[in-house]
Amino acid sequence: MANMVELEKLEKHFRISKSVFETDKRVVRAVDQVSFSIGEGEIVGLVGESGSGKTTLARVLLSLTKMTGGRAMIDGVDLSRATKADMKRLHREIAVVFQDPASNLNPRQTVESSIMRPMVIHGVPRAEAQRKAKEVLDMVKMDQRYLDSFPHQLSGGQLQRIAIARALALSPKIMILDEPTSALDVSVQAQILNLLLDLQEQMNLTYLVITHDLNVIRYISDKIAVMYLGKLVEFGPTDEVTRHPKHPYTKGLMDAAPILDPRLRGREKELMRGDPGSLINIGTGCRFFARCKYATPECEKEDPKILSAGNGHQVACVHPLKIEQ
Amino acid sequence: MKEALLSLEHLSIDYKIRGGYLSAVNDVSMDICQGEIFAVVGESGCGKSTVAHSIMRLLSGGNAKIEGKILFDGRDLMTCSEKEMEAVRGKEIGMIFQNPLDSLNPVYTVGNQVSEAIMLDRVDKQEAMRQAVKLFQDVKMPDAQERAGSFPHELSGGMRQRVMIAMMLSRHPRLLIADEPTTALDVTIEAQILEIIKELKEKNNTAILMITHNFGLVAEAADKIAVMYAGEVVESGDVFEIFENPMHPYTRLLMKALPRRTKREGRLETIDGSVPRILDKKPGCRFANRCPYASETCRSQTPGVTKVSETHRCRCFLVSDSSDRKGA
Amino acid sequence: MRGRGKVRETLQECLRNGNFMVGFIILLSVFLVAIFSGQIAHYGYTEQLVGPKFSPPSAEFWFGTDELGRDVFSRVVEGTRITLWVAFIGATLELVLGVTVGLICGYFGSWVDRVFSFLTDLTWCIPGTILALAVVTLLGKGLTNSVIAISLVSWASYARPVRAKTMSLKNMAFVETGTAFGESSFSLMFRYILPNVVPSLIVMVSMSLPATILSTTTLSFLGLGSQAPSPDWGLALSNGITYITNAPWLSIFPGIALVYTVLGFNLLGEGLRDILDPHMKSQ
Repeated sequence: MANMVELEKLEKHFRISKSVFETDKRVVRAVDQVSFSIGEGEIVGLVGESGSGKTTLARVLLSLTKMTGGRAMIDGVDLSRATKADMKRLHREIAVVFQDPASNLNPRQTVESSIMRPMVIHGVPRAEAQRKAKEVLDMVKMDQRYLDSFPHQLSGGQLQRIAIARALALSPKIMILDEPTSALDVSVQAQILNLLLDLQEQMNLTYLVITHDLNVIRYISDKIAVMYLGKLVEFGPTDEVTRHPKHPYTKGLMDAAPILDPRLRGREKELMRGDPGSLINIGTGCRFFARCKYATPECEKEDPKILSAGNGHQVACVHPLKIEQ
Repeated sequence: MKEALLSLEHLSIDYKIRGGYLSAVNDVSMDICQGEIFAVVGESGCGKSTVAHSIMRLLSGGNAKIEGKILFDGRDLMTCSEKEMEAVRGKEIGMIFQNPLDSLNPVYTVGNQVSEAIMLDRVDKQEAMRQAVKLFQDVKMPDAQERAGSFPHELSGGMRQRVMIAMMLSRHPRLLIADEPTTALDVTIEAQILEIIKELKEKNNTAILMITHNFGLVAEAADKIAVMYAGEVVESGDVFEIFENPMHPYTRLLMKALPRRTKREGRLETIDGSVPRILDKKPGCRFANRCPYASETCRSQTPGVTKVSETHRCRCFLVSDSSDRKGA
Repeated sequence: MRGRGKVRETLQECLRNGNFMVGFIILLSVFLVAIFSGQIAHYGYTEQLVGPKFSPPSAEFWFGTDELGRDVFSRVVEGTRITLWVAFIGATLELVLGVTVGLICGYFGSWVDRVFSFLTDLTWCIPGTILALAVVTLLGKGLTNSVIAISLVSWASYARPVRAKTMSLKNMAFVETGTAFGESSFSLMFRYILPNVVPSLIVMVSMSLPATILSTTTLSFLGLGSQAPSPDWGLALSNGITYITNAPWLSIFPGIALVYTVLGFNLLGEGLRDILDPHMKSQ
């Protein structure tokens, strides 16, 4: 399986000071030395608390913000050295669906022109674009009478379907789904998740799904990447990571996630202390140090590297948890 | 059986809209006892928040027509004067909301705001501040003493929700209404807040009415649940019983729509169609247009509430003869 | 529901809104007067000695006559055209300047924003009338120049809200999605962001037009705007001041006309704000 996305020590650092007159040299390391890859036709789920850098990572892949270090290869194109022609190709190949159904579409454009817009700017003739708009609307199982509707006339689930339809318009290879179902009700969520899975299977799409809902991730993804304060702390096949988490943070996250079965509420769980930390003033050691109950002085000294732990499982921890049965 | 602290009896609420009424809540009855977490679950627009707000009498009188009884400790809150209601709010019934930032005053420190609440019960200032810090410790606020001097914007979402809970606890309410208390929070923080709510139930014997769309929270914490659909309670009772053996077609489908498996184990169940806006109260089941088992009876007659067991009630025609449909 | 449904809905809302309707009717009457001024006015506005000088309002001269024996009614009617012209030119200039600067600042941010915001702030620091006086001195007297002067002073009141709105819209998912599939900055600004600013712009225009009209009147009053024998209301007011004790009708009627028109714009603006403001509309 060829790799569709390959990240190698990807970095996105922001400077804190916003003013010309301030000389604050501190940086926020929103994404720091993140390496992992996504194979063609694979679904990778990216999880982490707020401030973990998962959205920033997605924005780098979408070229909404420039990386400050490392390498990102997307379908063979090196993002930091992409030519204009490469970028044009990438714009067609990567599509995105964001969380909020209400803001995903231009409120002043009809559904039809929203869907046609990406095609129009990539030089698809109007008639062809119109035909394709109907086709993608079919693919997301929406009636064609909605073509003339405005976003405010539609429900959250319908809006999200249209956002997906628009994403499909240029026949992309990669879709980045940023919390695609967080704003939706359970029954609608199920519809959208099934739709996404069907589309992925039909077209062998590659997905990067960002969400904080571990139940959704467990259902939809082949692999899971866990981020904490800008670092990738664990990566591996979904079964491996959810059943045998090796990083204490992943374990804490899994334990905190509600399980949809009251009979399991008495299960043993370790609740993580404190809030997700801040990216400002990070020491040299492991970023999870302050909240980790297994932390030793060693952890405070050096930032653990991400290492393989077998079965395609990678973990960045000085004291990875033992596999328990 | 325990005596109910809060009973809703045939509560119906209609909103006045242009050219008529919208039936937001219809014939809702439920009993909430001390020391239990009662969860009202449902999808957006099902009327769960309207129920919560009506208990506190927070619905604007002009726009909502309310029928039925809201009995709190034997007293009908619907017939209380506004003055009596003020004494009930906070003191007897506390409420926390989804977004605590909206509920906190940005120009006072959180310690100040909590001690203000305590001083309502004629406690002097220093004592109130001391109690406020104690409450912050109770809700597991890190560095309670120091945090009491913070302003709301300096705190994280989780800490703000702790402040809100502390503020409610300060007056020792017997009932706490939590309206989507963890929706805006990370899962790790959600779990911590849930722990606090559970502790509250166990230590103080507080009754908790939790309004949520998150079935995970319900499965983790609730003792009893009421599933709402289009303004009606379609199924209610013991949480274990309902998760194990849902009777109403809506609940059954919802349970199968929850992402409880991996994609290799098959796709999730979905419910076709959408929630109807009920403008005229015609007879008929409100779920009939989406229900795979709906019959002519369901469309023409309104189902009553059937007692499945002592702790399980359901509003469906098909439930009385549920035995032959078990495997469906 | 189709797009047309929304138009009808908005229209119905307009009909129900009292402020809007009163403002609309006032402005409609002003427009009709301006269009049919030739038919309405009894005499030409420069025609002298159509009757005795300083004759008070009467059946023949509804608003009386002035020091040159001109019919005040005819001059007020003719002045309507000038006022609407001022409103039109002023609004256009202010909009073009304010919206462009606001969009550019909000969209590009960083140093571009800092430079232009500094300019905007600068125009706020100098008293409007004084700056306008300076500009008129530079460009020369005259109505058009004074409108240009006023616009150069007041465009900043559009630039700021447009900038703020642009900044928040820029981070909306649909704009980011547009960026992600390769929209140019130009089309992001003018196709994605601008149409979403328009409703608040309409409100802003109708709210700030009265100020533009009044400022231009002020310049005319000070003798820097319209020059005699123009029937400009400001000029008429300043002229009438000399005779205020003997012939108050010289200033009263142009004054009433001015208040009437400005009131019309204000009411319309209030009404539009209630109708179009997205905060109040969000269900």
